[in-house]
Amino acid sequence: MLQLENLSFQVADESDSRKEIIKNLNLTIDNHRFIVITGPNGGGKSTLAKLIMGIEKPTGGRILFNGQDITELSITERAKCGISFAFQQPVRFKGIKVKDLITLAAGDALSTAGACEYLSKVGLCARDYINRDVDASLSGGELKRIEIATVLARNTALSVFDEPEAGIDLWSFNNLIKVFEDLHDIDSDRSLIIISHQERILNIADEIVVIADGQVKAQGRRENILPELLQDTGSCRFYQEVQ
Amino acid sequence: MDAIQKELLEQVAGLHEMPAGAYNIRANGEAVARSTTAHIDIVTKTDKSGIDIVIKPGTKKESVHIPVVLSQSGLTEMVYNDFYIGDDCDVTIVAGCGIHNSGDQMSKHDGIHTFYIGKNSHVKYVEKHYGSGEGTGERIMNPETVVELQENSFMELETVQIRGVDSTRRSTRATLADGAKIIVTEKLMTHGKQYAETSFDVDLNGEGSSANVISRAVARDDSRQLFLAKINGNNRCVGHSECDAIIMDNAKISAVPEITANHLDAELIHEAAIGKIAGEQIVKLMTLGLTEAQAEAQIVNGFLK
Repeated sequence: MLQLENLSFQVADESDSRKEIIKNLNLTIDNHRFIVITGPNGGGKSTLAKLIMGIEKPTGGRILFNGQDITELSITERAKCGISFAFQQPVRFKGIKVKDLITLAAGDALSTAGACEYLSKVGLCARDYINRDVDASLSGGELKRIEIATVLARNTALSVFDEPEAGIDLWSFNNLIKVFEDLHDIDSDRSLIIISHQERILNIADEIVVIADGQVKAQGRRENILPELLQDTGSCRFYQEVQ
Repeated sequence: MDAIQKELLEQVAGLHEMPAGAYNIRANGEAVARSTTAHIDIVTKTDKSGIDIVIKPGTKKESVHIPVVLSQSGLTEMVYNDFYIGDDCDVTIVAGCGIHNSGDQMSKHDGIHTFYIGKNSHVKYVEKHYGSGEGTGERIMNPETVVELQENSFMELETVQIRGVDSTRRSTRATLADGAKIIVTEKLMTHGKQYAETSFDVDLNGEGSSANVISRAVARDDSRQLFLAKINGNNRCVGHSECDAIIMDNAKISAVPEITANHLDAELIHEAAIGKIAGEQIVKLMTLGLTEAQAEAQIVNGFLK
């Protein structure tokens, strides 16, 4: 489904020298995969997610989606190809209602009942939220759940979630796990990429990819990678930090 | 009325046909239709251009429409409309002005609307301004609104100007007696080389009076806007003004809020914020499949909704 070939991303740092955030990274993600990307802070995970969605443009390499080279495609074009993205820190809008945002995500006229269904899935009482503005009156956790609901409404082949657990309380967390499991079960082609440090999310992955220093340090089935991560407490404490 | 005038009427007053209740429709400087009811009278002034709208005490759930349309290029007019609203009323007044200028001469409508609102009355006043026409002649509107609110009366004032008005100077002055309340909601978008100036001057004279002035504005292209809000707290009162503006392209916006407390128990707040559309808002909407232009339009429409 998704192939990242020799992907690089450099930025100019303060002294105007180039800093490599992603270094010649290669990664292939097959259909119907539940991938969790983990690794230490500053290792390049969020940048990688943004490169997949087109929010950042790589300085080298190619991105193929279902065989098509999408490296030069805009965010909009990638969205239309079937990629969706949940932001780590969702934005607020003055004057755009929760229902408006979910309807835009669904891409066509959506009944109130349809919009409510997505909100219920992320544990929000639809009646209380559907007509509220996506503005500063919502808490961080509420906003985060609405963000996830917009990705559900998009119903795309590939969904990328950047740290979906950040700001989510314990009760919602169980709900969140179920959302991901359901999403994975719907059909045979859909794949999920979740950037996470959370052991409970790592626990439901098919595959774990460890990214550090802009490169893939390990990739494999959960049962092979997770024990190794848990053992290696000296260098890999990141996955337990949020416990 | 011709098709252009009917289109203007729909834009400024939402009217497809003659409205229910009282109305006075003015087109190119002449009254073209008028209707009164048992409780609402409309009388042409004899000393100057304009009308008196007299609403009897106790009138409830009635409306008055007084739209003005101009489609003759080069026409300029100055109109005085006075509203006498008795005690214990609950009425909606819809005004508004549409100018279609297809010529090269300036078309201009200036109006002074004065409201005398009786005790315990509630008035909702809606005023929309709209301009159209391919001509090079300017479309100018300078509305002035003067409001006297008596004890425990309440006015909701909604003004909307979204497109087509080249230059506008809007002035609103209000004085409030004990327990009176005013809520002003302004929505403004300017484009091209337009200029818009709005000033609010509110005197909270009465004990327990309150004012809330809320402005949402978008300035695009080379347009300029000036927002002035002055609230004077002269008694135990609550006043709040808020200007929230989006700046785009080469536009310029100034917001000048002013609050003055002349009484120990006056509680006054002002807020003003001007900024461009946040890039991350556009990016979020693009991840939902909107183009950059569609995302921008969605954000602006939502902001002014």
